[in-house]
Amino acid sequence: MTATETTGTFVGTSVKRKEDASLLRGRGTYVENLTLPGTVFMALVRSPYPHARIKGVNLDAARAAAGVVAAFSGADLAEDWKGGLPCAWPVTEDIKMPPHFPLATDEARFQGDGVAVVIAESRAFAKDAAELVDVDYEPLDSVAGVEKALESGAPLVHEDLGTNECYVWKLESGDIQAAIDAADVVVTRRYFQPRLIPNAIEPRGVLAQVGPTDEVTLWSATQVPHILRFALQLVLGIPESKIRVIAPDVGGGFGSKLNVYAEEALAVALARRLGRPVKWIEERAENYQATIHGRDVVTELTLAAGKDGQITAIKGEMTCAMGAYLQLVTPGIPLLGAWIYSGPYDIPNYSVTFTGVFTNTTPTDAYRGAGRPEATYVLERTMDALARELGMDPVELRRRNFVKEFPHTMASGLTIDSGDYHATLDRLLELLDLDGIRADQAERRGRGDAKQIGVGFSTYNEMCGLAPSRILGAIRYAVGGWDSATVRFQPLGSVQVVTGTSPHGQGHETTWAQIVADQLGVDVDSVEVLHGDTAVSQLGMDTYGSRSLAVGGIALWHASKKIVDKARRIVAHQLEVAEDDLEFADGTFSVKGSPDRSMGIAAAAFQAHAAHNLPDGMEPGMEETAVYDPQNFSWPGGAHAAVVEVDTQTGDTRLLRYVAVDDVGMPVNPEIIDGQVHGGITQGIAAALFEEGAYDDAGNLLTTTMATYLVPSAAELPSYETGRTETAGDNPLGVKGVGETGTIAAAPAVINAVLDALSHLGVTDIQMPATPERVWRAIQEGGAS
Amino acid sequence: MRQVALTANGVRHELELEPRELLVYVLRERLGLTGTNVGCDTSSCGSCTVLVNGEAVKSCTMLGVQADGLEITTIEGLASNGDLHPVQQAFHDHHALQCGFCTPGMVLAALSLIESGEATDEAAIREGLEGNLCRCTGYHNIVEAVTAAAGVS
Repeated sequence: MTATETTGTFVGTSVKRKEDASLLRGRGTYVENLTLPGTVFMALVRSPYPHARIKGVNLDAARAAAGVVAAFSGADLAEDWKGGLPCAWPVTEDIKMPPHFPLATDEARFQGDGVAVVIAESRAFAKDAAELVDVDYEPLDSVAGVEKALESGAPLVHEDLGTNECYVWKLESGDIQAAIDAADVVVTRRYFQPRLIPNAIEPRGVLAQVGPTDEVTLWSATQVPHILRFALQLVLGIPESKIRVIAPDVGGGFGSKLNVYAEEALAVALARRLGRPVKWIEERAENYQATIHGRDVVTELTLAAGKDGQITAIKGEMTCAMGAYLQLVTPGIPLLGAWIYSGPYDIPNYSVTFTGVFTNTTPTDAYRGAGRPEATYVLERTMDALARELGMDPVELRRRNFVKEFPHTMASGLTIDSGDYHATLDRLLELLDLDGIRADQAERRGRGDAKQIGVGFSTYNEMCGLAPSRILGAIRYAVGGWDSATVRFQPLGSVQVVTGTSPHGQGHETTWAQIVADQLGVDVDSVEVLHGDTAVSQLGMDTYGSRSLAVGGIALWHASKKIVDKARRIVAHQLEVAEDDLEFADGTFSVKGSPDRSMGIAAAAFQAHAAHNLPDGMEPGMEETAVYDPQNFSWPGGAHAAVVEVDTQTGDTRLLRYVAVDDVGMPVNPEIIDGQVHGGITQGIAAALFEEGAYDDAGNLLTTTMATYLVPSAAELPSYETGRTETAGDNPLGVKGVGETGTIAAAPAVINAVLDALSHLGVTDIQMPATPERVWRAIQEGGAS
Repeated sequence: MRQVALTANGVRHELELEPRELLVYVLRERLGLTGTNVGCDTSSCGSCTVLVNGEAVKSCTMLGVQADGLEITTIEGLASNGDLHPVQQAFHDHHALQCGFCTPGMVLAALSLIESGEATDEAAIREGLEGNLCRCTGYHNIVEAVTAAAGVS
């Protein structure tokens, strides 16, 4: 698997994070902590209506207010835009892509759509003046539900399109209808997966500075500084060569900062107009309307199987909310799950259809897992339904259908490189004590206990490590999926690593240093990782989709290998031996058989800089770049179980245990892996039990603050039990993605557990989130809620 | 404008404040103590937690003028002589932070919980941190860190 001679010292160990030293002392560089001389502050005026014609915008009072520098309507700024906010994934040829500019001019199409902007000397002045902007709205009919939006006569979000249907995208293989007709058992279930509001604890924020010849510096709380740089040229017409985007410390993203937002373009446009730095910090209530949401999908899923439980077909029809506009990846998000509706199971006949739908709501886009939780949830729920229909143990049904040999080409057409789904499930069962849980359950049922317990399973796999560029091209994604790394020795032996990934909590400064330190045979503390600044890291595709390690990490490996190769040539030249006669271990090249003849890699690096005695034709310096384009996705997998206690009198559900066994390939930093798994699980549990971004039928957001949208605290959650199995991913480090596994697996495990707890009461369905009210109603009705 | 004298991390400050100014913005914008973060507008997230006369307070729930005569401790005031405070050290040792945005508030809430003697076991720690939201860690490692710092098991 590994191709270097260096034995790893740091990879595989829980090196403590380098990032902590500043973050723990309150020295984070979050955008809100940054100011420049002369900075002015931006406040947006947002539509209170889900849909309204903008008949006029009167800015007189705002412009006259204390501290105000300028105020603009959408129409005032229309000339500033050379293009709309980009959508990078037009999933079909005939997709409908309505124009989307940073401020609305004719109509506001969701509650929170920006219609005007005020610039003032302080945030308070800007906010006060924004309230004085008088917008003459004519409210229009609106629609919020995806299915309602497709009904004939539904209000149209974009009237000129003549429909709310954005696209229909299909993927089929095998003979789905014949397989369903021939099956012994066919199970069809409908599910609604509600909206989720990502809730990075740091809201978004920008600070833009533009020089007299359009040299732009934009600090943004973004996951994607490189993509943002590219997009700013499209929107503003300023060449990328003049644009520097800096993602300083970023306080969480979870997909919500994987985007190009109106406020980023506005801040640059206004800094350009006004000749002063422009700053905007999102408020939480704004975040709930102006930052993308996730999920909002109705699914009808069918599984067909023989009496023996062998599944022969899967068919899914997904109706997916786009919201009012297409943001960066909006239409493609459901499709990120399209290839894995069969999960870790070998199912020969496959059909998925996705219908994208415009509604008068905040645009949806990537939220942790992005398309794959949507797929796994409906599959794992339906696996349990099928098990009930067959009278089969749900664990046995899963086992019977697992893919057993790797690489495995799925009916959906992609190839899973590696895995061992039986091993993860075996390990889960070792940790779980299923017999003990079942005994407790039987005892409680026997005595009619008000508090019932249940256990739910979710076995999953995941397609991540976004992404092979050729495949992205084939599915109409606009750009590539590679990433880059530069490794350089400074003359005196310290090492700088420049990565194209852009961490916001994932710990790349530590794990990247581990990888490079092992390759070069140097100490982890001598490796400094630079990221998140397009002037430092010119080439990158940023951080999302559990891609950073599986793509960017492999680029690091290749760049490090180039450094070692160059150092080897220098050492061979100076020691006057053949390159093949050198052994490299622990940072030192030694002549085979003459270990006293040796040179350290740092000494070779010094020689590379001195350039007094290099091989003929070799360029001085010790810096190498590698750009790595993966040939396949990354394929983690695992088996999770939730144990819940449900109070049948109140409907209150308490999570007693959560056990997760994941195969995320060969670990680089086990503690950081566990941290990613814990966080991912928590967002899946939150979807199952607590969180729902609710709209009324017209598109008024009902969950407008953290007081009504229930992000769970420590008090609602248990400690987790985690385990790992390891199969090497098909790359030089054997690694796989890990950022989204927990979120993908957890929601169905929890809901399956709630339903297991209530199965003796005839309850077979509860919609997420399983709030006490929904659970209580389901119990009263003795069936689906 | 109101005259206010408060002590922040042992340093006395005399300030002229507008009555509307929240303590968190006084700390951040007047005193440059930007370690205290703002994550919401409803006093839900706890990112802005500081110690006021030793007790954890969400500094967005208090006006600057109410801090007249009081002693404030922010995250910048915890480390001494370059060494992390034991609670900060426990967060480092147990990987109890990822993006770090909630961390200053979480550390101060944990410190207050420990010093008040309420961090008696895992359940008490989880209840005691209820007012501080973290979106990255799932709290597992935070609870481990606080358990270790409190010296309970």
